[in-house]
Amino acid sequence: MAQIFHRSTNTVARVSIYGSLVALLALSFALYGLSASPYYTDVNQPKDQPVPFSHRHHAGELGIDCRYCHTSVEESSFAGIPPTQTCMTCHSQIWTNSAMLEPVRASYRSGRSLEWIRVNALPDFVYFNHSIHVHKGIGCTTCHGPIAEMPLTWKANTLQMSWCLGCHRAPEKFVRPRDQVFNPNYQPPADQAVLGAQLVKEYQIQSLTNCSTCHR
Amino acid sequence: MTANGNNGTGKRGPDLDALRRRLAARGGRQYWQCLEELADTPEYRDFLHHEFPHDPAKETGVPRRDVLKYMAASAALAGLSACTKLPEEKIVPYVTPPEQVIPGKPLFYATAMPAPHGGGAAVGLLVESHLGRPTKIEGNPQHPGSLGATDAIAQASVLTLYDPDRSPVVVREGRMSNWTAFLRFLTPILEDRKRIRGAGMRFLSESVISPAMGAQMRELLAMYPEAKWHQWEPAGRDAAREGAQLAFGRDVNTVYHLDKADVIVSLDADFLRQGPGAIRYAREFISRRKLDGPESKMNRLYVVEAAPSNTGAMADHRLPLRATEVAGFGRALAAALGVLPGGPAASKNVPQKWLQVVARELDSHRGSSLVIPGEYQPPAVHAMAHAINAALGNSGKTVEYTDSLEVDPVNQAESLRALVSDMAAGKVDLLFLIGCNPVYSVPADFEFKAHLLNVRVRVHLGPYHDETAEQCNWHIPEAHYLESWGDTRAYDGTVAFIQPLIAPIYEGKSPLELLAAVQGKAGQTSHDLVRNYWKTQHVAKDEKAFEAFWETSLHDGVAAGTAFPPKVTPVVANLPARLPVALPTSSGGGALEVAFRPDPTVFDGRYANNGWLQELPKPFSTLTWDNAAMFSPATAERLGVSSGDVLRLTLAERVTTAPAWVLPGLPDDAVTLHLGYGRRRAGRLGNGQGFDAYALRASAGLWAAPGLKIQPTGETYRLAATQHHHIVDREGHRAEEESAAANDPGRGIVRAATLEEFRKNPAFAKEEEEEKTSGLSLYPGFAYTGYSWGLSVDMQSCVGCGACVVACQAENNIPVVGKHEVLAGREMHWIRVDTYYRGELENPETYYQPVMCMQCENAPCEGVCPVGATVHSPEGLNEMVYNRCVGTRYCSNNCPYKVRRFNFLLFSDWTTPSLFGVRNPNVTVRSRGVMEKCTYCVQRIQAAKIESEKQDRKLRDGEIVTACQQACPTEAIVFGNLNDPSSRVSRLKARERNYGLLEDLNTRPRTTYLARVRNPNPELGG
Repeated sequence: MAQIFHRSTNTVARVSIYGSLVALLALSFALYGLSASPYYTDVNQPKDQPVPFSHRHHAGELGIDCRYCHTSVEESSFAGIPPTQTCMTCHSQIWTNSAMLEPVRASYRSGRSLEWIRVNALPDFVYFNHSIHVHKGIGCTTCHGPIAEMPLTWKANTLQMSWCLGCHRAPEKFVRPRDQVFNPNYQPPADQAVLGAQLVKEYQIQSLTNCSTCHR
Repeated sequence: MTANGNNGTGKRGPDLDALRRRLAARGGRQYWQCLEELADTPEYRDFLHHEFPHDPAKETGVPRRDVLKYMAASAALAGLSACTKLPEEKIVPYVTPPEQVIPGKPLFYATAMPAPHGGGAAVGLLVESHLGRPTKIEGNPQHPGSLGATDAIAQASVLTLYDPDRSPVVVREGRMSNWTAFLRFLTPILEDRKRIRGAGMRFLSESVISPAMGAQMRELLAMYPEAKWHQWEPAGRDAAREGAQLAFGRDVNTVYHLDKADVIVSLDADFLRQGPGAIRYAREFISRRKLDGPESKMNRLYVVEAAPSNTGAMADHRLPLRATEVAGFGRALAAALGVLPGGPAASKNVPQKWLQVVARELDSHRGSSLVIPGEYQPPAVHAMAHAINAALGNSGKTVEYTDSLEVDPVNQAESLRALVSDMAAGKVDLLFLIGCNPVYSVPADFEFKAHLLNVRVRVHLGPYHDETAEQCNWHIPEAHYLESWGDTRAYDGTVAFIQPLIAPIYEGKSPLELLAAVQGKAGQTSHDLVRNYWKTQHVAKDEKAFEAFWETSLHDGVAAGTAFPPKVTPVVANLPARLPVALPTSSGGGALEVAFRPDPTVFDGRYANNGWLQELPKPFSTLTWDNAAMFSPATAERLGVSSGDVLRLTLAERVTTAPAWVLPGLPDDAVTLHLGYGRRRAGRLGNGQGFDAYALRASAGLWAAPGLKIQPTGETYRLAATQHHHIVDREGHRAEEESAAANDPGRGIVRAATLEEFRKNPAFAKEEEEEKTSGLSLYPGFAYTGYSWGLSVDMQSCVGCGACVVACQAENNIPVVGKHEVLAGREMHWIRVDTYYRGELENPETYYQPVMCMQCENAPCEGVCPVGATVHSPEGLNEMVYNRCVGTRYCSNNCPYKVRRFNFLLFSDWTTPSLFGVRNPNVTVRSRGVMEKCTYCVQRIQAAKIESEKQDRKLRDGEIVTACQQACPTEAIVFGNLNDPSSRVSRLKARERNYGLLEDLNTRPRTTYLARVRNPNPELGG
């Protein structure tokens, strides 16, 4: 009786079995790469805003304190986005005719809020609290990156859970003195390992990695 | 269900002999939960052995193979859903920030809820607000009617605010209109009325307690002298008013001091759940039952009642009597005490010894006893109770009398009768119906609807476009109490202002604003109206002093010093002559007597569209979404009636059909009907649920009437009771026969003793087996070096009111599932109040046990989760991680306490925008396919911990209060840190009465219970 399958079928079978394994692996890598890519995470992607607000100008060049605008960062989970009124404290005096600032003035005139595009967003099942991080010596730039150098604001870190855990597992690598928390130009010292360990002790920083710390 | 269904002998109705035999054969296992358990029905077994007994595949008719295909497909698709990018979000800041608001931090405002279910007396509240959105109701510790606690209805009231079925706009003749158009319409009509001094003008409202509204009422009647004001409430307090008239010759407000009473006799009064001050009374009553140790003293409660009530469940001795027999009991009691001359003999259902013992106890506790008459008992009972209290010297000690809370107390049935006869005679041509729904709730013999249509102009103000609004020319939406200003009085007269938390969501107007418009003062806001009224009332007339009073009162939630002073109120000398000679009697001879009661959750029907209240199991029957005609087991057997049989009920030519329910503890030959169901225009949730008991109710017998006839229709109806859902297995692995033979008490889920037994053996609640098993585990233990959370539930204090259930639902965004899903055992409540009975079917003792997640240290759920979605925290919580859960349901299958709940369907409403407002932003809204359970309010723990860390200190005891603990009127639930030996919870757990559930399984639960101790009178063979 003649063979039903041609000999080459063996090769086809082998290639397709191993090939599909390789393809699956490649696909997994591709998906992983995608999930870590700026396309998916939005990292380093400046966002267009109704007013092209520059942190580089305000926080960097002018040296306005973060808390002038983000008023509730030390009290609340939410750092606070400044009301139009805060913008107008200066801009009712300077750049009063700037076309760029017209949406701000329009908002102040009409009482309609400006609608900013959120840059640093977390999923709804994550409950992040700014005030406690700030209190424990985690600086703004630790998460928000070199904000004083951003003409338009972008997301500096993925804000994915593995990234959060990086710090929650080893806070000593990131903690800084409390008086440096709002310094956008802070650079960790060479002896961060020593300083970090000391601050962790002083600020009673716990390495909280259980689920309900963030998920409730 | 064979317990209530066909009993196999061909005759319908429960087979009592069989049930009694089983009860007797249970050996030491004394506690039972429902008739189905005694009958050991297959459905009961199913619920006992499976967490979720109904196989959804079986239910939907999908074949097993298709289920597998769908599972594969959904797994694949679920993977894809992880690939979505986060959607673009907007941040919308304020233009000018309001004072005090910090986004992310809630604010609390003091306000007060006028509680119709509490006789109109207010409950003071602190309401949590997130960015202007009220989300959660808490009690105001400074308010005398709350003391920091609430009841289920107050808890649920915030849901009504966001009810999408509330009436949104002014309606004229069925068409959308607006307030301005209404004012344009009203002005010429009022001009006409003024010329004829208001003739033909009528107002119908509920009891007027608001002082500001009372002032408006007086001004209006002065302005239109021929106009008349009528008051009517379907579950009103006519009997109390008339009883006071009988006894004192004037209306009074009765204030009890239950904390000073050693012996309390309730004459069909459910004072722990209903009537003015119920929340406070529950606290006061239980404060005399909290046992620090064997040396503690306890009060004693005797209850005579026509329908099982929460108060009856707390009784040390309970006597079921038909509603009409209570008066005879009262008379006989008064005679035995020598207060009144002997009247007609008490019913033969009253054991002479019982009566004598009660009389003796009262007699020996002069000045420290109390007799409380039931709101729904006739005036004579109230008069007798007043007379007994006066004779025993209780007046001024355990009971005080003040001026009435009402501005103009009237006999409401007579007031309504006068209105109806005027309407029938065509004397009324302008009628304002203010915040009431008479077309639905007026006694059937008044034929209100037909006469209403005789009135030319009918204006209705109400929260819903309801049965009455439908019949009116104008309907004005009424503002919710959380969106309008007002004033209230507490049970003792203390004034509290209603402070709105939000501007009216719809076009709502408060009664004050409508009445101002009728006065020709339209445009005044309710804020101005209340404030201006109180300015005239304030002693210091200068602006500054008043401003301080106003600000302080708003901040504190009470106006200091406004409680009514107690008045010495002597009983009239000729009381015996004033009492009706013939006491109401039941028709006897096997005829049925009907007792009407407001429903325990939807009350008189006004809360019918509130899903939280509809799904809250009613005490005893544990029914949800329905009411039923309640029969005692013996009566059901005699009549051949089973639970679920649809009956035609006829009472003097009036007919309705209702499903039957067999309830242990009811008096025989009586049927209890709950008002508040059978609504036609309540809204999407309330429409068509249950049957309308108002259809049977006549003005002559508002609360009880003889001569009910029943006729089976041959149909049956499925009632969604939860009593046999989530049953904790009390048998363990032993077969029933085996344990019965060995006289095995089974697992001590409920542990209780009498005070005498407790004094002899303070450690009665400890069991030996527990000692052997504790500590053994294959897994390494946890250290719990920081905080270690635990909860103590005092079964001694739980009155079964259900406030905790609704509070938990509000705090934790727990969805409502609907009747169909409740039937399948899928109700989502994280805390349930289990009811256990002990003793005979006729009059069992009742035990309440709130059950929530035990947060086991050796948790059976944790080990079986394949994806680590439920894990142990270093502080001892079993954390539930929703975003990890894939819905295998292994955890719930492995939970012996049956406290895990699964979202079989998309139960949370993700589409109705108005319902988004009520959600707690600090708790994830769960989606389909996710398991959930009690977390000890972990969001509150984390919030408090963050605050303490920011102040570089440890948490103080009592800083974290769980939602259930906060709502509880009797402080039965205490949460705290077990690592702190001085914390309240540690001290409670150190008591002898402390025990855990199913500790023989070595789960080491962190929620433990304090055993119940009853205080029966040895003379009555407690």
